[in-house]
Amino acid sequence: MNWVAWKMLTGDRAKYFGTVFGVAFGVLLISQQTSIFVSLMRRTAATVLNVRDAQIWVFDQNMQNTEEVKPLSESDLNRVRGVPGVDWAVRFFKSQARARNLETGEFRQVILIGLDDTTMVGAPVKILAGSLADLRRPDAFMVDKAGYEYLFGVGEPIRLGRTIEMNDTRGVLVGVVDVHAPFETFPIVYTRYSQAVRFVPPERKVMSFVLAEPEPGVPPREVCQRIEQATKFQAHTRNEMLWFQVGYYLRSTGIPINFGITILLGFVVGTAIAGQTFYLFTVENIKQFGALKAMGVTNLGLTGMVLLQATVVGLVGYGLGVGMAALFFESTKGLTHLAGFYMPWQVAVLAAVAVAVIIVCASFVSLRRVWVLEPAIVFR
Amino acid sequence: MSSKTIGVACRNVIKEFGDGEAKIRVLHGINIEVPTSELSLLVGPSGCGKTTLISIIAGLLNPTSGDVVLFNTPQSQLPGRKLVQFRAKNVGFVFQQYNLLPALTATENVAIPLLIQGVPRPQALEQARHVLNYVELGSRANQLPSQLSGGQQQRVAIARALVHQPRLLVCDEPTAALDAKSGQTVMELIREVAVQAGRVVIVVTHDHRVFDYGDRIIEMSDGRVVNVTSKN
Repeated sequence: MNWVAWKMLTGDRAKYFGTVFGVAFGVLLISQQTSIFVSLMRRTAATVLNVRDAQIWVFDQNMQNTEEVKPLSESDLNRVRGVPGVDWAVRFFKSQARARNLETGEFRQVILIGLDDTTMVGAPVKILAGSLADLRRPDAFMVDKAGYEYLFGVGEPIRLGRTIEMNDTRGVLVGVVDVHAPFETFPIVYTRYSQAVRFVPPERKVMSFVLAEPEPGVPPREVCQRIEQATKFQAHTRNEMLWFQVGYYLRSTGIPINFGITILLGFVVGTAIAGQTFYLFTVENIKQFGALKAMGVTNLGLTGMVLLQATVVGLVGYGLGVGMAALFFESTKGLTHLAGFYMPWQVAVLAAVAVAVIIVCASFVSLRRVWVLEPAIVFR
Repeated sequence: MSSKTIGVACRNVIKEFGDGEAKIRVLHGINIEVPTSELSLLVGPSGCGKTTLISIIAGLLNPTSGDVVLFNTPQSQLPGRKLVQFRAKNVGFVFQQYNLLPALTATENVAIPLLIQGVPRPQALEQARHVLNYVELGSRANQLPSQLSGGQQQRVAIARALVHQPRLLVCDEPTAALDAKSGQTVMELIREVAVQAGRVVIVVTHDHRVFDYGDRIIEMSDGRVVNVTSKN
């Protein structure tokens, strides 16, 4: 009877496609909006994600996120280095500065990253132009690919040696890097720590973070606990630091609520469209189901038929919805302002679960009508 | 009557709907015997209980009390699933509104009772084509119900009712939605089927044009059988 169920479903093309597109639209909304939400949250943690070579982050006890830095003193670095289990620890500078393009005179706010002069811990891994060694040259800085466009113009070919000015200090472009895009659409400027502190107005304390590595064989979490006990600073592993940053945005901004509402709407709209269309499909075929029941199809058999129809609708709708979402991210991945937006595989799984719930709800509503259907209806 | 084989017998069948004060008795102790190889017509005015009785005979409704014996098998001894299986094997239905699945071709519609019984699809479709030829619709085998006339649709429905060779054929107002000529064709077909050995055919109708086709006319009024006329 599966074959009959399939023919019944696809026989009326308009209703079939209506139901499928109801599910597809719901899946598109859920997967696209969830992906944008996840991507946005990842962008808030770009500073953490861009540091690949240190497992431990140490910072002030009262700091709430990486955008609001309360600097540490130079002696604090030595205190961290003195904690048992710490293999090495280095400075890491992060601030915002105003950069002026010396060729055009235009200003841009930038995210300024200062790397330890000796070890360059926290340096970008993927360098598109120039080399990390060039960062040791006087006044040298590197910028991320999107930042290059923000500073020097969209579509401008990469040309090293271009100059900017920050805090009345000249900077010379020695490289372009590919890093995680930040939450704000600001260029990320990488330079040496000693250079970075000259690109911003002077302060008594300037060290934003201490990046550290545990000794081989010592768990990072354990070292973090030792650092916290010994220094009273906050110490997080890289993964904890990522969630520390994301958690701040989740708690303190309207982003999750707004996206949550859109995702919920996608679910509700998807359920409503698919459920209603599928329910109407069943109701309009109720005499046919009654006839089948009269001819000897059991409730179990009819349930199988309805579930098969629902599964087909769910699978095709899911495929179309996720496909359209993937197509969106694929077609926009080259856009500078949408850098870093992608669809994680977990979102595809979430959408699959959502579609399963939609289909179960739609099937259940329809099946109730079929289960209570008196086969004698065919004579009325 | 004694020389005939009884295919269907109703024994004091009572049917009530509703509860308490809203309870309505629709059938008041029906006792009839329907022999095989005859065309029996169940006639009477609207609301007299014909449809309820035919639904009980076909096993689609349970009587409140009494029993129906189909080919020596009391329905009361066929609970739940067994009754459904018995119905699938032994009962064929022809409905007033045909109830063909609109997305299926004539052949596919006819094959449904065989598919329900688990006959493999190629074999079921092959048998369906044979029966369609029998009702002279072989040339329309691949057409959808919407591409057929009312008379043709009803003939497809008859083919569907016959394809699994049921012993009981139940027809509900088979000519009501048809013009005179189509109605005549359909009744001739049903009559041809009815006289085959071992089969019971019951046609519910209040179409006087078809009364001539019946071997036996069972008249109902207000939930009671008021008259049974036999030509034989």
